[in-house]
Amino acid sequence: MAYAERVLDYYNSPRNVGALDKTSERVGTGLIHVPEYIEVIRIQIEVSPARHVITDACFKTFGCGAAIAATSITTEWLKGKSIEEAAQLDHMDIVEALNLPPAKIHCTILIEDAVKAAINDYRHKNGMELLKEETEEEEEEAERDYELEEEHN
Amino acid sequence: MLKLPIYLDNNATTPCDPRVVEAMLPYFSETFGNASSRNHSFGWAAEAAVDLAREQVAALIGADPKEIIFTSGATEADNLALKGVFEMYADKGNHIITTEIEHKAVLDACKHLEKLGAEITYLKVNNEGLPDLKELEAAITAKTILVAVMYANNEIGVINPIKEISAIAKKHGVLMMSDISQAAGKVPVDVNRDGIDLAAFSAHKLYGPKGVGALYVRRKSPRVKVTAQMDGGGHERGMRSGTLNVPGIVAFGKACELCQQEMGAESKRLAALRDKLENALLQLEQTFVNGSKTNRLPHATNISFRYVEGEALMMGFNKNLALSSGSACTSASPEPSYVLKGLGLGDDLAHSSIRFGLGRFTTEEEIDYAIQTVTETVNKLREISPLWEMFKEGADMNTIEWSRL
Repeated sequence: MAYAERVLDYYNSPRNVGALDKTSERVGTGLIHVPEYIEVIRIQIEVSPARHVITDACFKTFGCGAAIAATSITTEWLKGKSIEEAAQLDHMDIVEALNLPPAKIHCTILIEDAVKAAINDYRHKNGMELLKEETEEEEEEAERDYELEEEHN
Repeated sequence: MLKLPIYLDNNATTPCDPRVVEAMLPYFSETFGNASSRNHSFGWAAEAAVDLAREQVAALIGADPKEIIFTSGATEADNLALKGVFEMYADKGNHIITTEIEHKAVLDACKHLEKLGAEITYLKVNNEGLPDLKELEAAITAKTILVAVMYANNEIGVINPIKEISAIAKKHGVLMMSDISQAAGKVPVDVNRDGIDLAAFSAHKLYGPKGVGALYVRRKSPRVKVTAQMDGGGHERGMRSGTLNVPGIVAFGKACELCQQEMGAESKRLAALRDKLENALLQLEQTFVNGSKTNRLPHATNISFRYVEGEALMMGFNKNLALSSGSACTSASPEPSYVLKGLGLGDDLAHSSIRFGLGRFTTEEEIDYAIQTVTETVNKLREISPLWEMFKEGADMNTIEWSRL
């Protein structure tokens, strides 16, 4: 399988590999693994408490090169976003940013989950209300919108 | 001077030896006759070339030339053996015993036969990759017509105790078939010593061209017959119709001859290189050899590098190093190699596996390069792996708490 140059770039020189102090109140950690897939994705964010803006983000990923590249590019995107903006991340944005083939879409869903879990971890530590998981109907609706948009394009 | 990329996937296929290419070339445009043309010199020349090749191929496995049926490759030979025996021996029974780590050509042919009423027993293998011989014997019934066990496994290189297996089959009057594709030309295979009645193999695994192979079919004690799976001119003693691929067959013969001449020295050279590679890579922590280390092809090893994923590893060096992995990191088929799963490996180790297949043209310089490149890539990916970090921190890997939304 030939990968897009951008995937290779992020795989060869991954940005933001590392760990933040997970016990810090300013740090949110998301560690995602589901039994259906082998990937393990960890995303951490450091948030400035005044305006809840993400000042630092880092990751570690167990998975194929595409999963590594996709997590890395996501951490770049997270920096400077407020946690509200970051929570709007749609996994298809990552797919498009790296031009991933359909077989690799599942890793971006896990990455989206890791971002949301990291935000929730921060919110929990700081006594804020947690993000809710999209219900199945909402997901289906989003999927339909996406398909319509595709047709339109 | 080291030439890149380096090919270390010789279990998948081997390059054609230049001496083999040289031998086959005249049979395209000069000696181009149809080996079945009995009435002119073009046909006779082609037939003579095929006869010589048949002797060379037979000699490699201790067979009689009349027992060699040329095919398009090992897949066709496997299909002809299994389907041909099933059809020919239908009066005797419908039961075939095989193992769950056979090549897909055997497993899928068996699945096909199940649809036609065959009963197939798929024997499990132990963590070394070997079937239990007591289990094998216990599986034999009055309806058993064939035991099909590969000589050496393509993914892990483990060599089965074929002599012992065939002795069990013979004791119960059951035919013994073996896919010898990975073993022929690499280790001594002798159909009489090993008690094999049918054997499938191909030229491209032993430095010949793709598109030609053979099925060995025993002619004496017992005389074995298979029902043809293709109708036509009745070539190859009626078992495989189709105009003979003369250049391919000539090349196959030459390739077998070269293997036979060079096997002794070559297997020692490759085992030394393989051991060097393996011992160097095992210096890395949490790195394991898959399958038996004692009963193994001299040129092969399969290694799992825990906490890194095989496809990611290959992306790190596949520009310069051609290898294959037991991992398939896609949503369509998240299952890793069925062979490694058959050995009882957990998903994590199966997905972390790399298969190394050395060959005739592998040099020590290439092995040194491979050691360095693989080591660097494993270390680099472990720095990115959250599992490696947890392992190094001494976390209990079975009780990690995953985030939930």
